[in-house]
Amino acid sequence: MSDLINTVLGLYNYWIVIFLMMCGFYIVVAHDNLIKKLVGLNIFQASVFVLYITFGKVSGGTAPILGEAFHVYSNPLPHVLILTAIVVGVATTALGLALVVRINEAYGTIEDDEIHSQDDEP
Amino acid sequence: MALTAYAVARLHNLYAVVMLAGIYSLLAAVMFVVLDAVDVAFTEAAVGAGISTVLALGTLALTKSREKTPRHTRILPLAVCGITGAALVYGTLDLEHYGDPSAAPHHHVGPEYLARSIPDTGVPNVVTSVLASYRGYDTLGETTVIFTAGVGVVLLLGSWRRKEDDDA
Amino acid sequence: MHNFLVLRVIAKLLLPFILLFALYVQFHGDYGPGGGFQAGVIFAAGFILYALVWGVENAELVLPRGLLRFCFAAGVMLYAGVGLYDILAGGMYLDYSVMAQDSVKGQHLGILLVELGVGITVSTVMVTIFYTFAGYRR
Repeated sequence: MSDLINTVLGLYNYWIVIFLMMCGFYIVVAHDNLIKKLVGLNIFQASVFVLYITFGKVSGGTAPILGEAFHVYSNPLPHVLILTAIVVGVATTALGLALVVRINEAYGTIEDDEIHSQDDEP
Repeated sequence: MALTAYAVARLHNLYAVVMLAGIYSLLAAVMFVVLDAVDVAFTEAAVGAGISTVLALGTLALTKSREKTPRHTRILPLAVCGITGAALVYGTLDLEHYGDPSAAPHHHVGPEYLARSIPDTGVPNVVTSVLASYRGYDTLGETTVIFTAGVGVVLLLGSWRRKEDDDA
Repeated sequence: MHNFLVLRVIAKLLLPFILLFALYVQFHGDYGPGGGFQAGVIFAAGFILYALVWGVENAELVLPRGLLRFCFAAGVMLYAGVGLYDILAGGMYLDYSVMAQDSVKGQHLGILLVELGVGITVSTVMVTIFYTFAGYRR
């Protein structure tokens, strides 16, 4: 029984991440609105960030800024990767939003299926 | 966080969706502080809650703010997500538990960086020294990606287009 | 955008602190949490606040578009240039140890310059993207 509780507590963070990931995935797959899709992608992205940072955590550790008083630090490598990923993420999201604006201009809509039906017509 | 993500999936008003996405980012930042990643939390708070919300609102102002109700059924995507999620949960059963110091990632280059940062570079913030020195190539590449994205946005929406349209 | 007195006063009060904080984060990144990426986004966020409250036209008087475009290329060039300088100084690409007599000092200098390049690029790209979105079709 205590084994089970241990497993659940140990893996709880990963499960939350998976739930968030699936929420993002569902939004991307099921919604036709392009802005909503981008927000879904962002949610998916943030869940991956949390996953990486979770890997880097060491119990009893502190932030990886070296000092006399501490001996246990969290793993700095995931932090570096995610730090750059966040900024790159917002830059690419901005590019996506710019594309949405242009699509709206060309087709007069930002709904995926309406764009497809317009493409099929002529 | 889970609740905000769920609300984003349900809502149709895109303004509310964008604001909720901002709240979601802020919660993620709080989570990063709890997980000892202060540098990351910093960035996420400034980017997620600040800049990306402003940009998304700007896009909404240029397009439409309400999502149409989709015509087709949502059972298939839901099923796909459920199956993928279940497979991933099954995969987590083999992972090391949260905060376990004996986990595999902590026996690779991580400790090496922590031990060598001061003698090699004299920089106490290991995140900075890894970012700029040990993984300098990565960071150069990422800076270039940001640069390219900036150029892309300017080319897509920049003012030179408008001048061309006026001439025509 | 003319009657929001509270907004304007508060924004004016906060702005110097946001920009100063960004600079602190930029140059103190070696010792505390911070670095080029964070400083860049904080600086950009502060500037976007200015542009939101006083309008993009006024913001462009402070930071014109041409300057921004120049800067975001200059940031990447600074980063890559540090790498090239290292080759010329006899080291490997992006090996900062050769930049000063003492390899630790060289590393320190290299990190500072590289972070500065990152900070310049990130902040100017973010502000440019905001300008472009805000100035589109007006």
